[in-house]
Amino acid sequence: MYGRSRRPGAGLFKYTIRRTLLAIPTLFFISFVIFTILDLAPNDPTGNLPLTIPAEVRERIRQSLGLDAPFYIRYLLWCEQFFINEPLNVLEESFGWQIGDGEDRLRVTSWATRSPIVDLIVERTPQTLWVVGMSYVVGILIAVPLGVVSAWRQYSWFDQFGTFFSMLGFSVPTFFTGLLFIIVFSVWLGWFPSIYDTTHTVRDWDGFVFQIKQTIMPVMVLALFNAAQISRFMRASMLDNLNQDYVRTARAKGMRERVVVLIHVLRNSMIPVVTVIALGVPQIFGGAIITEQIFRVNGLGQLLIIGIQGADIPLVQTLTFIFAVLIVFFNLLADILYGILDPRIRYD
Amino acid sequence: MTPQRILVGAALAAALAAPAVAERGASGQLNIIYWQAPSILNPYLSGGTKDIESSSLVLEPLANYNPAGEMIPTLAAGIPTLENGGVSGDLKSITWKLKPGVVWSDGTPFTAADVVFTGEYCLHPEGGCNAASNFNDVETIEALDDLTVKITFSVAKPFPYGPFVGATSPIVQKAQFADCMGARAPECTEQNFGPIGTGPFKVTAFKANDVSTYEMNERYHQEGKPHFSSVLLKGGGDTASAVRSVLETGEFDYAWNAQVEPEILRRMEAKGKGRVIASFGSLVERLMVNFTNPDPALGDERATAKHPHPFLTDRAVTRAMSLAIDRGILVDAGYGAAGEVTCNVLPAPAAYASTNNDWCKTQDIVEANRLLDEAGYAHGADGVREKDGVRLSVLYQTSTNSVRQGTQAFIKQMWEEIGIETELKNIDASVFFGGDQSSPDTFQKFFADIEMYANNFDGTDPEAYMGNWACDEIPSPANQWVANNMPRYCSEEYDALVAEYGKTGEAAKRQRIAMRMNDMLMEAGAIIPLIHRGRVSVHSATLGGVDMTAWDSELHNAEDWYRLK
Repeated sequence: MYGRSRRPGAGLFKYTIRRTLLAIPTLFFISFVIFTILDLAPNDPTGNLPLTIPAEVRERIRQSLGLDAPFYIRYLLWCEQFFINEPLNVLEESFGWQIGDGEDRLRVTSWATRSPIVDLIVERTPQTLWVVGMSYVVGILIAVPLGVVSAWRQYSWFDQFGTFFSMLGFSVPTFFTGLLFIIVFSVWLGWFPSIYDTTHTVRDWDGFVFQIKQTIMPVMVLALFNAAQISRFMRASMLDNLNQDYVRTARAKGMRERVVVLIHVLRNSMIPVVTVIALGVPQIFGGAIITEQIFRVNGLGQLLIIGIQGADIPLVQTLTFIFAVLIVFFNLLADILYGILDPRIRYD
Repeated sequence: MTPQRILVGAALAAALAAPAVAERGASGQLNIIYWQAPSILNPYLSGGTKDIESSSLVLEPLANYNPAGEMIPTLAAGIPTLENGGVSGDLKSITWKLKPGVVWSDGTPFTAADVVFTGEYCLHPEGGCNAASNFNDVETIEALDDLTVKITFSVAKPFPYGPFVGATSPIVQKAQFADCMGARAPECTEQNFGPIGTGPFKVTAFKANDVSTYEMNERYHQEGKPHFSSVLLKGGGDTASAVRSVLETGEFDYAWNAQVEPEILRRMEAKGKGRVIASFGSLVERLMVNFTNPDPALGDERATAKHPHPFLTDRAVTRAMSLAIDRGILVDAGYGAAGEVTCNVLPAPAAYASTNNDWCKTQDIVEANRLLDEAGYAHGADGVREKDGVRLSVLYQTSTNSVRQGTQAFIKQMWEEIGIETELKNIDASVFFGGDQSSPDTFQKFFADIEMYANNFDGTDPEAYMGNWACDEIPSPANQWVANNMPRYCSEEYDALVAEYGKTGEAAKRQRIAMRMNDMLMEAGAIIPLIHRGRVSVHSATLGGVDMTAWDSELHNAEDWYRLK
């Protein structure tokens, strides 16, 4: 047992190190599983070529992609490219160093674009973070007040509305809301563009207005979905706390309702909600495959789905692996945050 | 409206409203949407049509195909033929004269050396070039002088227009791609994403699988063109919303491959913001009839020529099956403007289309039943016909695709009307067309009685395509099932025609032979053609000059496109 006399945070530090070390074999295992599944799946990178291209030519294309090598060689090659060559390349580019023979070092390359996958990911991350990240923030901004008021005035008309809203958000799929938004706001009203322009750069006020206009629909579609989930957690957590003795004590002391709800109860109720929010962050990087497709935001989610459709195995492998890393990382972060927010948690 | 009328209408509109100002770039910005996003701008390394077409704004071949399937010189001064001496008498070489005065968009002159280099680039064994079949049998490609290229073939080539004709094999710049040969080809990201070309536009930015932008090429070799000063080619998403962005919101000017339900397309077009255009190439949705027995009890010998099919080799059965199909319903329900009823496996170019099989165009259940009765197939207790203990029951497979499943359901119903029991099966396209040896579900193995898919041929010459049904093209375990004669049709007479076709250079004779081959396949009942499928695209009512062709890139004449006032 840790006594209060011990240096605070020492347990947390040890815990973090232990978890990080444990994550390494886990991630290797995940990468192997992903690679195996992709390799066993019946797909063909030449499958989208016109049927007029004969089988011999397809075979030569497959050979040029390295598909004739045995399974384990291809896996080890990917490991080398991803775990050694790519980090070295990042170091070289960010510090201008020259480590070994950079010219002949093979990077993880997409089969469809024949370009380094990491570059593709870097190119797409901004729009995904902007649209999907923004929707997450907007979702939280809607969910927290909604959950708080719903719990505080349980069974009021506002609570009923909140429940209806989150049921709607849960059950109506984004491909439907997305289409509905496009028909209403792009086709009928003509307010917003239905197709996201990824080449747009904000230079002046008008550019900024356009950026907001083209972001608003995908962000709202996703925010509705996110808010539905988080508001339910918020409400449940608030309800748990509102019935606690300390709330009655606070009220008995004559504190104003505002202080009781917003300071005492809200703070304590945020603990599980923060964990849920942290666990949801990897989804942002994963992009929102369907929403990105509908509005053609063309971020990481769309990159993944195109990779899957075109049997671009290195691309799918690398992206899913990066998502796995993020999930492992944010799980760890959520556990740590939990300990920081709630002093009752001990890491021993 | 029929596709032809749409085309005529579009052509008329184009003729009436010729561009007011013949000044380069006067029409401003052009927005194009492809629902499959281009992945690379090097057509030789591409994974599909989307890449080939988006690079066709920049790279040009020696000649392109117009909507009628005729060759139009692009970088060549003219089309070499036997008559003008450009093709040698023994059919073994072709000499192209290049258009003088053409420069690359970087200002350097375009010469025969670039053409020779492009050939070497694609022929490199380690490059994985997907146009390699365009260069089949090429022995040498040499520059006789700066503006003359001679291609020599190792065999007589009656149709020597494989290399450098059409959007699949355009000319790349030697100076740019010199270090990208063979195994290095995929590493040249900069070149593959931004090829320097002779075409009307040059690449300004390329985001793989997302968007590419172009600006007009000031050095383009046609005076006063292109009319548009810049192009945005956006990719991704689904077909319906791409079409909507042209026909309903008007954000885009042109949407490629508008394969949405005909009903939806008609409703969107009715809003008047744009129009649907179609062009027919050689793509035919067809039923392949298995002439061999796919019975699993035969083990390794199933679906091989050793065991003929118990009833599908009977001409009466296949003819009745064909007559029972109402092709008009299939077109209306699944294809709309993108389909026409056909009774030929070789329906185009027009000069090749046979009229000898037109009996299949109208459904005739009575006649179909009569044929089966006459052949001795009597209705059994459950309504299914049988003869000598053989029930007319077929397994009908195709790839997973909503239109195809719709067609399957219709045909099942139609065949049941004539007492043929039909079991349906659909297989994921990547498996069905994938050619994986371990899968029993490939279209080559054909472990079913009937299978449906669409196929066409590259370019306008059907020689290789018609050769698909020769005896030695029958898939079997001996050739790892990699061959093209799915029905396992085999006829000495047909093989003789294949051989004769390969030796004939004269155009009219070639057409006669190909038509005869088509008729033989129809008469034997090896293939039941259903629908001649076209390409459908949509363009804004304010866009003029579009001249869509199914034989080449849809953007082949983007330099002629202009904004209607």
